[in-house]
Amino acid sequence: MATDHIVGIDLGTTNSLVAYMQGDSPVVIPGEDGLNLVPSVVALDENNQIVVGNAARRYLIETPERAVYSIKRLMGRGVEDIQDELKLFPFRLADDMHEGEVLRIKIGERTYTPPEISALVLRQLKRNAERFFGAPVTQAVITVPAYFNDAQRQATKDAGRIAGLNVLRLVNEPTAASLAYGLDKKKNGIVAVYDLGGGTFDISILKLHDGIFEVISTNGDTHLGGDDIDNLLIAIALDDIRGDLGIDFRQDARRSGEAVQRIRQAVIDAKIALSSQPSAKLDVDLPGGKKYQREISLEMFEQMIQPIIDRTVGPCKQALKDANLKPEQIDEVVLVGGSTRIPKVRRLVQDLFQRVPHTDLNPDEVVALGAAVQANILGGGSDITKEMLLLDVTPLSLGIEVAGGVTDKIILRNSTIPASATQYYTTQVDGQTNVAIHVLQGERELARDCRSLARFDLKGVPPMPAGMPRIEVKFLIDANGILRVSAREQRSGREAEIDVQPSYGLTDEQVENMLLESFDYAEEDFRQRQVIEVRREADTILAALAKGKKNPAWEELTTEERSNVETLEKSLVAVKDGDDYHAIRGSIDTLNQATMHLAELMMDTAVSTALKGKAMDDTDLEEGPQAGHPVAKADFE
Amino acid sequence: MRAVHFCNSCGKVQPPIPVDYFTFFGFPRKLNLDTAELEKEFYALSRRLHPDVFAQANTEERTWSLEQSSMLNDAYRTLKDPIKRTQYLLRLEGIELEEQSKQATEKARATGELKKQVVPPDLLEEVFELNLHLEELRAQKKLGEDDPALLEEIGKAKLSLEEKYDALFNELKTEWNNWDKSMENGTEADRRNILDRMLDVLNRRNYVRNLVRDVNEALED
Repeated sequence: MATDHIVGIDLGTTNSLVAYMQGDSPVVIPGEDGLNLVPSVVALDENNQIVVGNAARRYLIETPERAVYSIKRLMGRGVEDIQDELKLFPFRLADDMHEGEVLRIKIGERTYTPPEISALVLRQLKRNAERFFGAPVTQAVITVPAYFNDAQRQATKDAGRIAGLNVLRLVNEPTAASLAYGLDKKKNGIVAVYDLGGGTFDISILKLHDGIFEVISTNGDTHLGGDDIDNLLIAIALDDIRGDLGIDFRQDARRSGEAVQRIRQAVIDAKIALSSQPSAKLDVDLPGGKKYQREISLEMFEQMIQPIIDRTVGPCKQALKDANLKPEQIDEVVLVGGSTRIPKVRRLVQDLFQRVPHTDLNPDEVVALGAAVQANILGGGSDITKEMLLLDVTPLSLGIEVAGGVTDKIILRNSTIPASATQYYTTQVDGQTNVAIHVLQGERELARDCRSLARFDLKGVPPMPAGMPRIEVKFLIDANGILRVSAREQRSGREAEIDVQPSYGLTDEQVENMLLESFDYAEEDFRQRQVIEVRREADTILAALAKGKKNPAWEELTTEERSNVETLEKSLVAVKDGDDYHAIRGSIDTLNQATMHLAELMMDTAVSTALKGKAMDDTDLEEGPQAGHPVAKADFE
Repeated sequence: MRAVHFCNSCGKVQPPIPVDYFTFFGFPRKLNLDTAELEKEFYALSRRLHPDVFAQANTEERTWSLEQSSMLNDAYRTLKDPIKRTQYLLRLEGIELEEQSKQATEKARATGELKKQVVPPDLLEEVFELNLHLEELRAQKKLGEDDPALLEEIGKAKLSLEEKYDALFNELKTEWNNWDKSMENGTEADRRNILDRMLDVLNRRNYVRNLVRDVNEALED
């Protein structure tokens, strides 16, 4: 039985949540602000302090170059394949980026890799959980889109590590949702989970029976979600503005960041309103003073988003085909993700699967709740979960590049994981001591059309004539959907050393360094926060003192006392704007000490004034300063 | 005899031993297999071997469970499907499917040549005629012409091939029965013959399947 709480985390494109199993049901742990959803937004404030979540949202509009959102879209990807994202999102790449390197994003003057940014969100959730439990939280289950490839999964695991979490398992989002659903319903049958979130789309078909949640097939699109709807509406608005008001924000780089973010906020509000109203109004105050207003009817909106939501149909049909099932054979369809609140999306799902989708569960929270159930299972399980087992699949075929630039598939998509395949290699040249293997993911024939996962260099092959070595390479996709490779030269029995060059990710060393940095950083953060808090305290004291000096009690102090207080006051003012926490603290403490007498006198005056204000017979106390009063120093005989 | 996955006294997971898939499940090396029974075994073993069950266990147990469960999944996947099961048995008995032989594939890719596919003798005439028809169809499409009579001919041929495809599966099942019987009381020589015949059926079946695929492609274009 685990001694600390294992939490389930939904690290979403738009919002993130942390949950845990409380008795028989999973519950979401709220933040300090009492809210369950933590926006996946990270910003640097005026003091270069990291701000995460709701508090960070205003920076998106005020100082957009110092804020970032939807970073999930960049996880596990390289410069070459985010060109579309760069056009549609205000991501700013570090100036010295080259191809093949891990992405680095600018926030203010600092640069961060996507896993580091995600780690900041995870740290916030970790803190929320720790605050809730009053105890450390070090283990978590984190969810990922089912259709995430190896690099994207690894990046998520890295983010967890950098945040100081031991990631026990990555769970696919639709599978997690089905856990929450299955726990709730306890029914057997075939369930389709349609998960349309902020940035990713997944469709998974599962067989639920006797507590076993078996994924039969899965498909999706890792760049399709509510963000795309927002971007379409923003583009239309920008065109409108250029046409009607003659301002082209696309050209005005200085103002455009803020303008786009204001428009984006308005567009999101309108989109949400249109889920329950026949029309919505866009009303944006543009920088520069002008106003942009536009009415959007539900009909217009549905027409606009048709091509976007139509992109979910192909993956659904493929998943059904791979599962060898017809829509009529699906018993239940579960909707997940905020975007499934859109009535048009619901109608599309209803048409596709020939039934009314299940909408009881909160589409924003269900994934986190499911992750909490899985966390519980991994922690040893409780009565309600002890019969539950997840059998998930790998979403993409795993292949090796062979002669002719072709992909040889060694593990097919939708294979239950863990899954393995063994391949045999030999050398081409006498005395060759290493063999290079290029591993890919995808369904296409040609290696260049698939996703490069990593290049493995098998070293330490004992030198032999060409063709003699028999190198057994074992490819294993683990329960997280991540690939491990091991190799052995069979004739000598020697284990080959494998040097992995992940195509879009961080090496173990880089992750370790980031973890260490995040500790240093946390130190620095902590110190900076201390300084800010102590500065606030200083301001409070100085303000109180300023009032105190106007109080008649001030005159009752001796000249020496007054001069002492004023000297200390001046030195606090001098030191408080610096960074020296101890100096400020020290100065506050001595000033406090020096003003104690004044405080007492003010208290006496206050009490006696208050007392004088009441009629004599209303009080039990005798009037006048001779009366023993609540804060007078005790007189000891 | 099933492979030992757990210790008999303490129930703890054991290091995986390389065994064949039949032994892994404790099934005899026979081709007729009760898939319902197989599925039941699969779920029962999954509940005990899956890495999720060992999340809090020590490193050794976690490694063993990972290896055991990947073997379990691979074994289940292979034995569940009748064709994969047959191919697996052939491989176990040392027989490599020509069509799938890696060397042939790599050689073909390296030289850019088409892999040589032997036409099953009983299909020679049919294949010849069909290829003629497909040539005609392609030529016509280039000219933008449309010949319903030709399409009908091709449609008929495709149907005939699909029937052959199903018939071949039945032929395979017959060989399965032969194999299972010979496992009880047959000679080594008997078994070799049966394996050879099964290989032949599979090859012919693959050929027919590829042909049907070509026809579908030509019709779609």
